Amino acid sequence: MSEPERKDVGFTIDGNEVAGEQGQTILQAAALANIYIPHLCAMRGLSPWGSCRVCTVLVNGRPQAACTMPISEGMVVENDTADLNDLRSSLVEMLFVEGNHYCMFCEKSGNCELQAVAYRLGILSPRHPYMFPVRQVDGSHPDVMLDYNRCILCARCIRASQELDGKHVFQFIKRGANKRVGLNSANGAGATNLVVDDKAAEACPVGCIIKKRVGFAVPVGQRLYDKKPIGSEIESGRAATSMR
Amino acid sequence: MADNSSVVRQICGKLGNDKNRLMDILLSVQAQSGCIASEALDEIAQFLSMSRVEVESAATFYAFFSEERRGRFVIRLCNDVIDQFHGMDRIAAAFRAELGIEFGQTTPDGLFSLEYTPCIGMSDQAPALLINHKVVTRVSTDMVHEIVQTLRTTKDLGQIKFPLGDGNNSHPLVRAMVLNNLRQRGAVVFAPTTPAVALQRALSEQPVEIIKIVKASRLRGRGGAGFPTGMKWEFTRAAEGARKFIVCNADEGEPGTFKDRVILTEAADLVFEGMTIAGYAIGASEGIVYLRGEYAYLLPFLDDVLARRRAAGLLGRDILGKTGFRFDIRIQLGAGAYVCGEETALLSSCEGKAGDPKTRPPFPAQKGYLGMPTVINNVETYCAAARIIENGPGWFTSMGTQGSAGTKVFSVSGDCGQPGIYELPFGITVSELLARVGATDTVAVQVGGAAGRMVGPAEFGRKFCYDDLATGGSVMVFGPQRDVLGVAHSFMEFFVDESCGYCTPCRVGTRLLLERLRRFLAGTADGVDIDYLEKTGKTMKTASRCGLGQTAANPVLSTIQSFRQEYERRLKPNGAVFLSSFDPRKAVVTAEGIAGRASMHFGTQKSEVQS
Repeated sequence: MSEPERKDVGFTIDGNEVAGEQGQTILQAAALANIYIPHLCAMRGLSPWGSCRVCTVLVNGRPQAACTMPISEGMVVENDTADLNDLRSSLVEMLFVEGNHYCMFCEKSGNCELQAVAYRLGILSPRHPYMFPVRQVDGSHPDVMLDYNRCILCARCIRASQELDGKHVFQFIKRGANKRVGLNSANGAGATNLVVDDKAAEACPVGCIIKKRVGFAVPVGQRLYDKKPIGSEIESGRAATSMR
Repeated sequence: MADNSSVVRQICGKLGNDKNRLMDILLSVQAQSGCIASEALDEIAQFLSMSRVEVESAATFYAFFSEERRGRFVIRLCNDVIDQFHGMDRIAAAFRAELGIEFGQTTPDGLFSLEYTPCIGMSDQAPALLINHKVVTRVSTDMVHEIVQTLRTTKDLGQIKFPLGDGNNSHPLVRAMVLNNLRQRGAVVFAPTTPAVALQRALSEQPVEIIKIVKASRLRGRGGAGFPTGMKWEFTRAAEGARKFIVCNADEGEPGTFKDRVILTEAADLVFEGMTIAGYAIGASEGIVYLRGEYAYLLPFLDDVLARRRAAGLLGRDILGKTGFRFDIRIQLGAGAYVCGEETALLSSCEGKAGDPKTRPPFPAQKGYLGMPTVINNVETYCAAARIIENGPGWFTSMGTQGSAGTKVFSVSGDCGQPGIYELPFGITVSELLARVGATDTVAVQVGGAAGRMVGPAEFGRKFCYDDLATGGSVMVFGPQRDVLGVAHSFMEFFVDESCGYCTPCRVGTRLLLERLRRFLAGTADGVDIDYLEKTGKTMKTASRCGLGQTAANPVLSTIQSFRQEYERRLKPNGAVFLSSFDPRKAVVTAEGIAGRASMHFGTQKSEVQS
C-alpha cells in the first residue's frame, strides 16, 4: 500500500488554491493540480535544472523558475499572465534564432516540445534576428544521430544519462555562446557507451538526438502535438497520475 | 606521450587524485604542457576516477586553459574599456609588429602567444597586461619592444626588470611593478592594526555573541549585493552539516574594480583574521580564498602570510590557546572566468567543476561547498568584520549612513587626476568623490562596473550607498571625449564573452543586445530598436538564473535611461518611426472585418483606427 498523500502545503496559482507536498517544486505541484506551466528543460523523472527559464513565474511578485522553486505555504504564484507569456515567447524565440530549426524538414516535427510550446504561446515568427550558427552533425553512432543544429542546451540528455542510465555519455563543454553538449569520447557518439535504448536517447525535447532507421514511422498529422496543444495532457489530468 | 603521462600522473598524485582539486590539476597541466591536450583529459579522468567529458567540461570553461598548445610566454593584453581609452590599440599594434602574429595566435617558434583578456584589476595603471603570471602596467610601446627583445634573447621572465611598485608590491615574494595608488586610507580597512587583537577578542566571547556583534554593526556584504553579514553567519551557523566552510570571494573580476588586490597586498592579515573569526562564529574549521587567476602573482606572498599565521598560532589547532578551536585556510586559484565572482559559480569552481552557478534555493548557507553550509563573503567584508570585533559595533555604525554603516573602499579609474583606492564613509555623493579624485568635465560615471549603472551629471548628487548607488567598489570616470555608447558596447562584448551559457536569456540575450547596439553605432538603427533593447534587456533581468544575467543588460538599460539622446541622435534618417508612412494596424482593419476576428499580430483587441 502506498503512503497516504500529505498535501499539506497550500498556495495559489493565478488565484486558484493548490495543495502540494513539502519538497515539491511549483512545476510539479501545478502539474498534479492540472495546471500547465510552459517548460522545456524540466522533465519528469529528472532532477530540476532551471536553464531554459520558460517556466518563469512570479512568486510573491518575484520572478522564479517554477521547475526549481520549492513550494511553500501561502506563496502567491502568477503563471498565466500576458506579461509572463510574452516573456516566455521571447525566450522560446531566443532558442529558435540561436539554433537552426527547420521544422518542415525535421523528423521531430509534431513531437517536438520546442515547436509545440511555440505554437501554444502563439508565436508566428521570432522577434529576434536569426543567428544561423554553423553546427556539427554527428552520425558516428550506429543507431543514433546527433544534429546539434537543433540542440537547445536543456541538459535533459546529460541528466538522463547520469541519473537514469548510470552513465556519463554527455556533459556541457565550453561556455557562453560556445557552450554545447560534449561527449564522453574524443571520437564522436559512436565511441561512447551510448546505446539506442538508453533513456538519454529518449530525453531530447527537440530533434537533436534522433534514432536511426525509424524516421517518420508515425506520419506527420498523427503525432503527439498535432491534434492537441502541449500542456493539454496536464490540464486534462491525464498526466497527473503518472507524475507522482 | 609516456613522458607527458607521467607528468599528469605526478600532478594528480600530488593532489591526492582528488577530483575536487581538478582546478589545481588543470592549472598545473596547462603550466607544464602549455595546453590541456586530448590525451591529458583521458589521463586526468583515469587518475581521478571520473569521466573524460567531466574533465573536458572544466578544462574548456576557463579562459586560461587551452586545447591548442600556447607559447611559452602568453601575453594577455587587458582590453577593458579603461585600457581601450588609455592607448590599448597602440600597444596591441606594437605587439603585432614585434611578434608578426595576430591576437589569438602563437609565434612559429612557440615562444609567444598573444591574447586579449578582460579587466585584470589594474585600471588605475592602464594600459596593463599579463605575461604568464607577471603583471606589467603603464605599458608603453618602448616597453613592448623591451619585453619582446628580452624574452627572445633570455627566454627568462625574470629578466624583465621594470621598477617595482610601492608597499608590499616590492616584497621579495611579490616583486611586481604594480602600484597601490592608495590615495585615501579610511578608519576600517586601511587603518593601522595589530594582528591577532581582533581574533583574541573574538575568542574571549561565545560564538553566538560574535554573530550578535556583527548583526548590531549592520555590516552588509561589500561585494555589491549588500546582504547583511551577521544574518548570513547566523543562517550558516544554524544549518545542519558535518562540515562547514568559510569562503572568501577574491575573484575580483568586475571591470574597474581593484580594491581587493590592494587589500590583499597591504592587509592580508586582516582578511585572514576576519575569516578565522567567521570560522569561530559559525563553527567551521576550513576556509578557502578563491583568488582570481589574474592575481596569481600574489599567491606565494599570501601563502607565506598564511604560513606565518600558522607559525604564530593564529591558524591551525587550538588557535591562540583556545582548546578545540581549529581553523585553516587554503587558496584556490581561478583560471579566467568573470562568472566565478558569482558566489555559487565560485563554489562550483572550488569543487573543480566548470564555473556554472548552482540552483538557488538552497542557498550556500544551507548547501554550499561540497553541499555543506558555507559562508561566502567578499575580501573587504572579512576586514570590516574583524575591525568590528576589535572596536565594537557602535564604532562602526558611527560611520556611513543608517542603511549603509561603515566605510567603502572605492576603486577609481578613468578620466581623473588621481585614479586609485579611496576608503571613504558610505553616503559620499558622486560629485564629492569626483572632486576628490581630480575629475573635471566629467560627462558620465559608471558605478559598480559593467554590471552596475552609468549616471550622468544630473545624477551626480546621488549618494554611494546600498539604498541609492550601490557598488562593489568600481567607479569609472568618463570625460567629454568618451562615447557612452562605446562604453556600453565594450561592456556588452564583455558579457557575451563571460556568460556561462547555462540559461537562455543570458546566453542568447547578451548577443542580441550587442547586435542591436551595433546598429546604433553603425547609424542603421530604427526608433523601434530602442524599445527592442529595453524589452529584451528586461527579459534578461527578469528571467536570468544568476546575478550575471540579471545585470548583463545594465550597460544598455542604464544608458538608455540616463543618455537616451545618445541613442536617438544615432537613429538612421527618418528612422524614428519604423516606416512611418505605413501603419500596420490600419492595414489589417479590412482583413479583420472579413475574418470576423482580431489579427493575431496585435493581440486580442481588435485594431482601432486613429482618425
